Amino acid sequence: MNFLFEFVISSLIVLGGIFVLVGSIGLIKLPDLMTRLHAPTKATTLGLGGALGASMLYFLWGEGTLSIHEVLISVFLFLTAPVTAHFIAKAHLHLNRDTIRQELSPTGRDHGWSTFDTVPKEAAEAGKAIDQPRG
Amino acid sequence: MTVAGKRIKDERSFMQRWLPHPLLSVVLVLVWMLLLNSFTMGGLVMGMLLGIVIPIITSSFWPERPPIRAYGRAFAFMVLVARDVVVANIHVARLILFKPADQLRTRWVTVPLELTSPEAITVLAGTITMTPGTVSSDLSADGRSLLVHCLDAPDAEEAVLEMKTRYETRLKRIFP
Amino acid sequence: MIEYALVFGFFAVSLALLLNLWRLVAGPTLMDRVLAVDTMVINVIALVILFGIQYTTTTYFEAALLLAMFGFISTVAYCRFVMRGDIIE
Repeated sequence: MNFLFEFVISSLIVLGGIFVLVGSIGLIKLPDLMTRLHAPTKATTLGLGGALGASMLYFLWGEGTLSIHEVLISVFLFLTAPVTAHFIAKAHLHLNRDTIRQELSPTGRDHGWSTFDTVPKEAAEAGKAIDQPRG
Repeated sequence: MTVAGKRIKDERSFMQRWLPHPLLSVVLVLVWMLLLNSFTMGGLVMGMLLGIVIPIITSSFWPERPPIRAYGRAFAFMVLVARDVVVANIHVARLILFKPADQLRTRWVTVPLELTSPEAITVLAGTITMTPGTVSSDLSADGRSLLVHCLDAPDAEEAVLEMKTRYETRLKRIFP
Repeated sequence: MIEYALVFGFFAVSLALLLNLWRLVAGPTLMDRVLAVDTMVINVIALVILFGIQYTTTTYFEAALLLAMFGFISTVAYCRFVMRGDIIE
């Protein structure tokens, strides 16, 4: 039983470390910002999830108390990672709005992407315009 | 207060007035207990107090309850996403480590949305960001299509179709 | 066994932090640097958690939680500043 616990905790720590490292290697290796964004949002968050799981099991095994702080941290991180990624992507689009506009795929609608185009009146009034346009 | 405002106020039931967001209250109590990291009666009472007061104070920011109907399906969706996150990470890790950067077929794709409620679109965008090689980057100005950046997508149509069938159809059942 | 795993974990996370620092210094664009700082914060949280395991103490979880919140808020604030030239309107 002890061996099993130790094995699981150790492998979680090692896996977490590997994923964190992979995320940072991706940050260095990939060619431009949009591809770099893929590495830290996914790999690093999962790596941290592994470390948190290991810590939870460790305190459950070592002290017999179920420490649930870790759940809170991992839930918080998994909720915020997509938000930061979305914000960084939007800021990137905004900063390069003159050059990047031609690269984007068309919306398939009458209106363009919200970083570049203003929100049409009817959508804004219906409260469906989630992203405010840049003024 | 106008007459119309007063009438609306009278129409609110006891539940709507004191527990505008029951689910938010439950989540707040839970988060408070997790923060304390130990179970005490005083902590529970304090958590319940916060769980009642905070939704009442903030209810003017979001007057409507989130339109979730199928909680069982929502839970199943969360399990599916959690599984996909792990699979996605192994996939992305392989791409990062073993694929030369100039062989990656990165592209922008457009996902036309059938979902209309802001909550559902938010969940879909977050899910897409957390799963295989895709980051949702922008929303069209009328809120009806989503701009997604793919790390390695040989076929744009297929990538869009997978996102739509795997997540959007499920979300459509959760958020009517 | 856990000790060796911890050594590996510390090594991996520290190396990751150095790589992030490289990206932070090298840039080349502003958003690259913001992304590097955001990743650095997450890696520091991992470091704090591993530290907590090594010394068998739960005291550092508050620190990890605060770091998570500040990392998120600072990234969002920075991106908002870039997009709008203002944080609170």
